[in-house]
Amino acid sequence: MLRDNISKQDEGGGVTTSEILSVAETGGGTGVPLLEVDNLQVEFKTRDGVAKAVNGVSYSVSAGETLAVLGESGSGKSVTAQAIMGILDSPPGRVAGGEVRFHGKDILKMSDEERRKLRGDKMAMIFQDALSSLNPVYSVGDQLGEMFRVHRGMSKKDAKVKAIELMDRVKIPAAKARVGDYPHQFSGGMRQRIMIAMALALEPDLIIADEPTTALDVTVQAQVMDLLAELQREMNMGLILITHDLGVVADVADKIAVMYAGRIVETAPVHEIYKRPSHPYTRGLLDSIPRLDQKGQELYAIKGLPPNLLRIPAGCAFSPRCPKAQDICRTEIPVLHPVTEQDGTELPGRGSACHFWKDQIHG
Amino acid sequence: MGRYVARRLGQMVIVLIGATMVLFACLFVLPGDPVGSIAGSDKARDPAVVAELKARYGLDKSLPEQYVNYVSKVATGDLGEDFIQRREVSEILGPKLANTAKLALLAITLVTVFGMGVGIIAALYRYSILDMATTFFTTMAVGFPTFVIGMLLMKWFAVELQWFPQLGGDKLEGMVLPAVTLAITDIAFVARLTRGTMLEVLRADYVKTAVAKGLPRRRVLFKHVLRNSSIPVVTYLGISFGALLGGALITEAIFNWDGVGLALVQAIQQQNNPIVIGVVTYSVAIFVVLSLIVDLLYAALDPRIRLS
Repeated sequence: MLRDNISKQDEGGGVTTSEILSVAETGGGTGVPLLEVDNLQVEFKTRDGVAKAVNGVSYSVSAGETLAVLGESGSGKSVTAQAIMGILDSPPGRVAGGEVRFHGKDILKMSDEERRKLRGDKMAMIFQDALSSLNPVYSVGDQLGEMFRVHRGMSKKDAKVKAIELMDRVKIPAAKARVGDYPHQFSGGMRQRIMIAMALALEPDLIIADEPTTALDVTVQAQVMDLLAELQREMNMGLILITHDLGVVADVADKIAVMYAGRIVETAPVHEIYKRPSHPYTRGLLDSIPRLDQKGQELYAIKGLPPNLLRIPAGCAFSPRCPKAQDICRTEIPVLHPVTEQDGTELPGRGSACHFWKDQIHG
Repeated sequence: MGRYVARRLGQMVIVLIGATMVLFACLFVLPGDPVGSIAGSDKARDPAVVAELKARYGLDKSLPEQYVNYVSKVATGDLGEDFIQRREVSEILGPKLANTAKLALLAITLVTVFGMGVGIIAALYRYSILDMATTFFTTMAVGFPTFVIGMLLMKWFAVELQWFPQLGGDKLEGMVLPAVTLAITDIAFVARLTRGTMLEVLRADYVKTAVAKGLPRRRVLFKHVLRNSSIPVVTYLGISFGALLGGALITEAIFNWDGVGLALVQAIQQQNNPIVIGVVTYSVAIFVVLSLIVDLLYAALDPRIRLS
């Protein structure tokens, strides 16, 4: 598709032709990306104090585009997604600030009922563990058909026909015979296909996939990921792919946001981040990937643990684990600097929240 | 499913045989002489009468013979003749069973409605005043012995306020106090059980999925949460109903309710063994049948059991 190609070339660089095109198609018509998260903050009240899970995250996704959000557990990547969907466990969680604009409108200001109607219909989510994410006591056909019954007011009979169509679409063999089966009767890969089918049922504009392949066998991971990417292309949806697996990202993502302790520490188009990371944390993640040419050597690991969100270190949250930390890193929180070439040429879409990003990328 | 039912039925027979054997043995180990209680005190009675009575009730035979005799009769629904009124045990117990069943039905309805209702509300408004009040009162209710609850209810609502009659009768008003007495402890148990399982299910991933699907809150709760959290509660309710149908010794005695519980107490005092055996056999049978029904319900609610 022509539009896909364009959008892949110039994402992140403000309002572009591709964005106007894609927005026009999704019906926004205001020339803005499909989803813009702007300085989002999420807190969790705990017995020991307030945990700041998300501290000013900003990112955007356009139609047909895939943003990969990378980070360890506790980095705030899933919490950001849940805040966008409006499914935070609340209490104890709450959005403390920022905006989430969907088709240009701040959905955080909408009523509960307006947001409910968006969920599942215009934006949908795929979870990590399909076995625990599907209700064990209802058939998959019932759970798929529920999307049509609730959002489209279809009859049980029509919804069942739709459920079979969906199962066919995500390539589940013998869909018609299996529509009445229960989640535990399917294999892990098939269950995740059902989760995907459920999320795509109403052809939403935005899909958030939270570690969709983590719980699967390696052989099945690629199949499921390919299916998701294929359907995304077909329906021209925006996709936010939350993962900690750099291998998955390389194949399907257009751009990457790396998160650490509730902040974005680096953003970049996908092919660039592997070549030239501009943040020591990203460097550490890349070095942690096992490589065939280093067989027999000890695997690299970033020293230390992610910080406790109740007591995030002063300055750069990564500084206690950073091999290159200086005094300034322990006192001053680095902003997301735009990253440029040595001669000052702009690198569109690139940013680094490191005081010493120049040393990291050019050093 | 068919094989599952067959296996459970087989187990049921074994439990019944075991229970009746234990009961039979117990009755003969106990001190006392049933013939004595019919024929009068030791000194005055005629040996010929004693021998005749023993022959009449089969008490001259050995213990295993008596057991076989009893089991083969029970299998055809014949519980024998009682020692005192010389009437068929089943005939004596029939109306008493009906009385107990009425009370049990009202009690279990109260338990289901209030126990589950209070539990659901407490779970949905966790840590609210309502929830804390529930925890407080359910702890109290579980801690109080039945006879205290029964007497207090009678004192407050029958003697002082005079809202209900002191002793049971055929009318609904007469059933209220004994049924509430029976139900209170179970309401507390069921409320706490429902609250606990609800809170567990509310945290489940599939509930998050249901919310992410954009389902209205009511549908999330009543379809996705309630069915899953009702599984352990149904088990408890079934067992509880079985126990209630078996007769309530204390409550029936307090309110002079003419049910199997009261009949059992009297029969034990009078050493009227056929009645004792009849009541206990019936209680065991009811209990076993209800366990079977619970298991079937369980399978109906949870496909993972039905289909494995």
